[in-house]
Amino acid sequence: MHIPDGYLSPSTCAVLYGAAMPFWYVAFARIKRLLHTRLVPLVAVSSAFCFVIMMFNVPLPGGTTGHALGVGAATVALGPWASMLSLSIALLIQAVFFGDGGITTLGANCFNMAIVGSVVAHLVYRAVAGRSTLASQRRAMAAALAGYAAINASALLAGCELGIQPLFFKDAGGSPLYAPYPLHIAIPAMMIGHLTFAGLAELVVSAGVVAYLQRSNPSLLSHSSSRETDDAVAQSAHRAGWGRTGPLWVRLALLMVLTPLGILAAGTAWGEWSGRDFSSPEMRQTIASASSNVAPPLKPPEGLERLSSIWSAPFPQYAPPFVRRPAFGYVMSAMFGSGIILGAFRLIGWMLAGGNGATKASP
Amino acid sequence: MSGQSRSGQSRGVIERSLATFVDALQHTFHAEELAKKRGLLQRLDARVKIVAILPLIIIAALARQLTVICALFTFAVAIALLSRVPPSTLAKRVWLPVLAFTGLISLPAPFLTPGKVIYSLPLLGWTITAQGLRSAIYLIMRAETAATFSILVILCTPWTNVLKALRVFRFPTALVVIVGMTYRYIFLLLQTAHDMFQSRKSRMVGQLDGRELRRTATASAGVLMSKTLQLSEDVHLAMRSRGFRGEVYVLNEFQTGWFDWVMLPLFTGIAVLAFWFGR
Repeated sequence: MHIPDGYLSPSTCAVLYGAAMPFWYVAFARIKRLLHTRLVPLVAVSSAFCFVIMMFNVPLPGGTTGHALGVGAATVALGPWASMLSLSIALLIQAVFFGDGGITTLGANCFNMAIVGSVVAHLVYRAVAGRSTLASQRRAMAAALAGYAAINASALLAGCELGIQPLFFKDAGGSPLYAPYPLHIAIPAMMIGHLTFAGLAELVVSAGVVAYLQRSNPSLLSHSSSRETDDAVAQSAHRAGWGRTGPLWVRLALLMVLTPLGILAAGTAWGEWSGRDFSSPEMRQTIASASSNVAPPLKPPEGLERLSSIWSAPFPQYAPPFVRRPAFGYVMSAMFGSGIILGAFRLIGWMLAGGNGATKASP
Repeated sequence: MSGQSRSGQSRGVIERSLATFVDALQHTFHAEELAKKRGLLQRLDARVKIVAILPLIIIAALARQLTVICALFTFAVAIALLSRVPPSTLAKRVWLPVLAFTGLISLPAPFLTPGKVIYSLPLLGWTITAQGLRSAIYLIMRAETAATFSILVILCTPWTNVLKALRVFRFPTALVVIVGMTYRYIFLLLQTAHDMFQSRKSRMVGQLDGRELRRTATASAGVLMSKTLQLSEDVHLAMRSRGFRGEVYVLNEFQTGWFDWVMLPLFTGIAVLAFWFGR
């Protein structure tokens, strides 16, 4: 799943570096706040562990072997933030010193495996393990599912990133410039291997490491999931305001980055036709086929024609006139629209709070 | 028969892990040897090297002309020869693995990409399109060129200098120190894992079934994790005992010479030309 250089366009790489940055920043800040002087040795040695664990050959049922990423085991033992930091550093060393994964694609690889992998593993582990005791079998099963879900979420994301390349990036002759396979090939190709062998290897390592630690060193499991640590994180997050609104900001940023997916949808949304569409033979056929073969009127309805000219949007079709790439236009429009909405709500909040104190109350 | 196959599997799994650890160590020692040679890249300051080579990697990914990507690849090979990096090393470390991986991935592209049909396979009737063939060549050449440039920097620079040079890109000092320590402890943990597998192998007289082998592998991973966290505590105490209070400092011992200032514009000029003609 280590995407090499040349498989993703530089703009995709830049977007994914940008997506990874806030996670690295928050992870670094949180871990530093919790660990103080322990930060450097713990993250350094944990990163080395993540690197070495990726080299383990794991025997799988059926006589084959596979390599695990170790994201499930790392997340359970270290917590999601330390795990995403340690895995990112391990991936950096793999790319820079051992040529495994590209340098331009490092942001994508870290985002897919270290960040999304750790977050998914943490959520699944917490959901399945619940409040079970440290020694319960449920925790080993939760770790197994966490590792399996994490590696498959990472693979799905990598498949999507590879699959959108031929849709956006072609040369003048129509040849795909980067990964050549569209989504309907890239996603199954990535998922088949990860739903089976790679997922199984991750499942075995996650469950095996947690089961071993339950027997031999349960304090390691309690260390990472203790109430004390969680409370400290929750308190510091609450102070920073991240605890309440943080996940929403992350989701909003993700949605903004994913907005160009709208370009993939073919045709026009039903009922969103313009006056010109009624005179175009191709669009007339599309409208008819989307409307139970009822032919549209030959002329645009009078009211539609009259009212549609009242307001012309500054960003027609989600792309300002000066933006050539539709994908960039979509992201810009998403940022602009979200900015206006957030600004409007902040203004309303400020007015409701009587013009003062709102800034103090809001984090 | 089944016993033999199980025996083969048990030997294979442990030996394969051992071989992977040894290969990683050998790779690093070989790189350290090459970094000591006197060649073009070895003479350059680490910061200059990164500033000169990184744009070439990005432009190899940006270029929309195959001729430009091929020209960059030829340039990378020329640098390798001038830096006394044997082509056999590059072939073994980069070209063949990348060709095997990317070649396999791009193999179906000429058949699956829609476009102008240039050849139809006899008997099977599968058609090869010009667009598909070009896209496969794009992918392979881009991956080969970028990987050759990246490995050249690593093979011709002591790793400590690579890490220090990262500060050119405003990497936080703490992060540079963490990456440096990670690199050092990778070898310690590789050695530990190697010893664990070796001692396990030396004690094994019977045959292990698949379930037992899985338990062995995951228990080894668990032991390594316990040792890792214990090690981090020990390292922390050692650092504290020497006065570590959370602030990290890195000595700056880089010096640029006339050779760096001649080579930097040359590399930059080639990057600009490649960018211009590759648009």
